[in-house]
Amino acid sequence: MRRGYVLVVSALTAALVVAAVAGLALGPVRIAPAEVVRILTGGAEASPLRTIVLDVRLPRVLLGAVIGAGLAVIGTVLQALVRNPLADPFLLGVSSGASAGAVAVIVLGIGAGAAMSVTIPAAAFAGAMASLALVYVLARGRGGAMTGARLVLAGVAVAYILSALTSLLLVTSADANHIQEVLYWTLGGLGSARWDMLALPAATLVIGTLILLALARPLDLLLAGEEGATVLGLDTSRFRAAVFVLTSLLTGAAVAYSGAIGFVGLMVPHAARMVVGASHRRLLPVAALGGAVFLVAADLAARTVAAPQDIPVGVLTALTGGPFFLWLLHRGRSAEGVGA
Amino acid sequence: MPSYGTGMPLQVESLSYATGGRTLVDAVTLHAAAGETVGLVGPNGSGKTTLLRCVYGTLRASAGRVLVDGAELTGAKERARRIATVPQDGQTGFELTVREVVAMGRSPHKRFWEPDTAADERLVTEALARVGVLDLAERAFPGLSGGERQRALVARALVQQPGLLVLDEPTNHLDIRYQLDILTLVRGLGTTNLLALHDLNLAAYFCDRLYVLHGGAVVASGPPADVLTAGLLAEVYGVSADVGVHPATGAPTVTYLPGPETATALSRPAGERKSSTI
Repeated sequence: MRRGYVLVVSALTAALVVAAVAGLALGPVRIAPAEVVRILTGGAEASPLRTIVLDVRLPRVLLGAVIGAGLAVIGTVLQALVRNPLADPFLLGVSSGASAGAVAVIVLGIGAGAAMSVTIPAAAFAGAMASLALVYVLARGRGGAMTGARLVLAGVAVAYILSALTSLLLVTSADANHIQEVLYWTLGGLGSARWDMLALPAATLVIGTLILLALARPLDLLLAGEEGATVLGLDTSRFRAAVFVLTSLLTGAAVAYSGAIGFVGLMVPHAARMVVGASHRRLLPVAALGGAVFLVAADLAARTVAAPQDIPVGVLTALTGGPFFLWLLHRGRSAEGVGA
Repeated sequence: MPSYGTGMPLQVESLSYATGGRTLVDAVTLHAAAGETVGLVGPNGSGKTTLLRCVYGTLRASAGRVLVDGAELTGAKERARRIATVPQDGQTGFELTVREVVAMGRSPHKRFWEPDTAADERLVTEALARVGVLDLAERAFPGLSGGERQRALVARALVQQPGLLVLDEPTNHLDIRYQLDILTLVRGLGTTNLLALHDLNLAAYFCDRLYVLHGGAVVASGPPADVLTAGLLAEVYGVSADVGVHPATGAPTVTYLPGPETATALSRPAGERKSSTI
């Protein structure tokens, strides 16, 4: 069992390296993998190839890995937190808040032009935090207890309201171009990745993901149910509130830069669970690696399959993720009880 | 043989629980000495489960105190280090293995980021063996039968190394053999045990003392032989019964008799019941 786990982690790590190198090598300009490695290890002199690899593709690959890992871990954690296998990072209203913020900036033209690359993420993050606060307040019961059911209800209600606001902003907008722009934003993509804006989301997501990895034990306790977790010593309401805030912050950071890239946070956790079981100590690292591999690979496909057109990566994750998920589900049923 | 905890005395003082204008537990006072096995009996709706939930902390009592080892417990974690229980909704969401579920019992003794040590894993293995589910250790917990699940959850309570074990109908879903096994096991642990039991014969045999709950209040208490009388059974359960002493075990045995007319006939010696009321 333990050797199998090491094997899974090693395979995923190798896959991540391969996906990253491919992500750096492929594109409108093809670069040999050996050359990529030489550039990365600092063995190459300044050249256009070096600029492409280090300044154009590397930040995008890194952002993809970090956001993929983050979304997968957040999804895993939320599925345990609300005890619902359909939970994903966007269930609790965060992405709707982010969309409302981003769309407001696009429609109102705040910081139009170059400054929009700053105002859109800022407004998206602000929107995400506003929805976080709203859901948090609504999800506290009268006695202050935050149950999974309350959290889901509050999150879904806030998401609906904010989506309606977003739609209202859009349909009353005079400019048809806005719709195209908003559509691209909401589908999610990594096209905005640049070194000067990578630090904040990357640092937030890396630190937050590491914290979530350390929460394996209490997350397992949540699987024992509300009463089970309580009698095993977990203050479920406080823990749930704290983790909700943390995951929402992380989702906000991810969504602000990349839009709501769907399916990574829903599908990767389930795929990981089918491979290594539901215990979070084993599950979370595998979900993180799996999410990173998946999004780096999907983004590579997004910018190469229809080149020079950049397909929103969210379209590809859903397109490939959906059938893969169905296949896993089918396979899981025929091999029942192979939990670990 | 590993230690699953040393018995701690339990004192429940004038504990009441009211909700929605109804008093479900009414000023119950009870105690259990260190290492004693105390049974809670009474018909459905008499407040057994509510009282137990107040003791192990998933309900907050409206009034009164619960003292374990002389101290009130504050906070879920501190409570879980001293009191173990098998919750009634023993479900787990995703497919954890039986071993993983049992290992959760170590959590109250750990910081949340601390992994289990080899000693923890040994304790888990021994507890699995002790309740007879070691061969199921790597199976998915939700796939177990009701009885297997119940035994695994008892194993989880054991690895908590509690001073007080609180069990609500621990013999539910179990075959006769495992009912006896579990109760023998629980008695032999050295912990203080507070058990709610449906089966009066099991309660009579395995408990040092019994408390009888009726309408949320204690109506009788004492050694099983003093408490389980035909009169009390008629009054509290509304059944007629013949109470004897088993020749082999020496414990009281209850035989239920059909028909309401016998109930009135047998409930006459009411004074007998009074003598065992506190």
